[in-house]
Amino acid sequence: MKASMFANAGGVGPAGRSFRLSPRPVAVLHYFTLTVVSAVMLMPFLWMISTSLKEPAKIFVFPPELIPSPVRWANYTEVLTTIPFQLFYWNSLYIAAAVTVGTVFFASLAGYAFARIPFVGSSAVFLLLLSTMMIPTEATAIPMFLFMREIGWINTHWPLIVLPIFGAGGVFGVFVMRQFFLGTPKELEEAAMIDGCSRFRIYWSMMLPLAKPAAATLTVFTFLTSWNDFFDPLIFINDRKLMTLPLALSLFTDEAGTAWHHLMSASVMATLPLLIVFFLAQRQFIEGMAMTGIKE
Amino acid sequence: MSREANIAGWLFVSPMVLGFAVLLIAPMVMAFYMSFTDWPLLGEAKFVGLDNYRSLLADPAFWNVLGNTFYFAAGLVPLNIALALGLALLLAKNKPGMGVFRTAIFVPVVTSLIVWSIVWKYMFATDSGFINQILQLLGIQGPAWLYHPKLAMPAVIVTSVLKNVGLNMVLFITALQQVPSHLYESARIDGAGRPRMFFSVTVPMITPTIFLTAVMTVIGSMKVFGQIYVMTQGGPGNSTKVLVYYIWEKAFKLFEFGYASALAFILFFLILLFTLAQWHLRKRWVFYES
Repeated sequence: MKASMFANAGGVGPAGRSFRLSPRPVAVLHYFTLTVVSAVMLMPFLWMISTSLKEPAKIFVFPPELIPSPVRWANYTEVLTTIPFQLFYWNSLYIAAAVTVGTVFFASLAGYAFARIPFVGSSAVFLLLLSTMMIPTEATAIPMFLFMREIGWINTHWPLIVLPIFGAGGVFGVFVMRQFFLGTPKELEEAAMIDGCSRFRIYWSMMLPLAKPAAATLTVFTFLTSWNDFFDPLIFINDRKLMTLPLALSLFTDEAGTAWHHLMSASVMATLPLLIVFFLAQRQFIEGMAMTGIKE
Repeated sequence: MSREANIAGWLFVSPMVLGFAVLLIAPMVMAFYMSFTDWPLLGEAKFVGLDNYRSLLADPAFWNVLGNTFYFAAGLVPLNIALALGLALLLAKNKPGMGVFRTAIFVPVVTSLIVWSIVWKYMFATDSGFINQILQLLGIQGPAWLYHPKLAMPAVIVTSVLKNVGLNMVLFITALQQVPSHLYESARIDGAGRPRMFFSVTVPMITPTIFLTAVMTVIGSMKVFGQIYVMTQGGPGNSTKVLVYYIWEKAFKLFEFGYASALAFILFFLILLFTLAQWHLRKRWVFYES
């Protein structure tokens, strides 16, 4: 029965010809399996939302209540008033925005040059760039910490902005943008060159607008990565006022007697922008992921 | 190559090239050097040759950490690939509703690993966490998942599989949709049944993707950290302490930078090994349609 579902994978072959079972039970089983799996995937989110609206005394009651009664909205306002949550939010938001703008700009600039400008050393440098992709940032964190201490950037947001733009995230961005620019038509550029346009002008007013799909994928990807980053803030930030959301949230679990209702409402608020960004850009994002075989 | 092109090209790439020289290559070289030193938080660094590596090899904690890292990978990778492929097979056709299912399974990929781990830590809570409550409804007394030395790692593995399975699934869906339909037609004319078609057409055609995702997932699991930090802090009794957690602890809690750098280099070496394996093995068993 399973095999009959398998064979039609890939959107090919007319369905149903060699079914031994009639197609209907197979289809029912197909949808049933998918519903169960999706429910398991979404359960943590439902439970998070549910707990974020519970009274503290009701969090661990048995049997579990999916829809809390009464609904306690105060959990949300309490998170905003008892900890500097807006500050963590703002930190995450402006850092992610800066990282995204910087990455898309510098990576598209370099990606364009690697794809389209025949300069001496281009392929050697690009190869070197690619080979740095296998350096795990966890392995360079120690000298990076000492370096940042040397230049006085510990307990500032600079490492969280500069490292992703010009480090591993940037390298990845260059790769994505170069792949895209390799596929854009050359004729427009050549005509503009004859008209005396500068290279930067061609890049800025012609190629970058053309690169919107690739830039959009990179934008979403970079924003999500920055918003979710945990390792770098953990190392470079100690000052409470400077913390980003993942770091701030992770600290609450340490404390004895976690206030789960507050932690969950904070988690809901931390997840919301991601879901919005993801749903808005979903198609381009998933296609971009599949296209480039992205993996963090 | 004109002079103008050389200047323009280098100007365009110089911010990124400078960036990766200073932020990736230099620290890598530096980390390598540091691994041969005794480098305290304050005070003089001292060159000690291979001492760090020697004490690392003699350190039972190191072997435990390495074992845990491989345990995590050995549990995560097959589960992730099998589940991702199974789901991709169920979702590859553009039937009604498939988009909704794909999205549901992909959503955890984009959410924060820290939030995901916090929520799962809560779901796994001993006395009345969600999972144990469900078990209790079935009349089973649930264990202390994250406080049991044998159960903590499997719990973290399952959590991690669910977090990231959507990514591999998307890659598999793309691969499955690119299998040319004429192959299925000729297989059917040859009288192949469905299982036969799966193993003789589908699997060979998607081996490049299976291989890519397997290697990338192994590399990713060598770097596991956030879920361990949030869910178990390496415990109970060091049973979930993995390589990156150990590096972080040695470097940023105990400030033994030299020793931690040697550990970091082991991490780099492992990742290098898997990356090279990808290049070499690829030619041997990955099938490409000519």
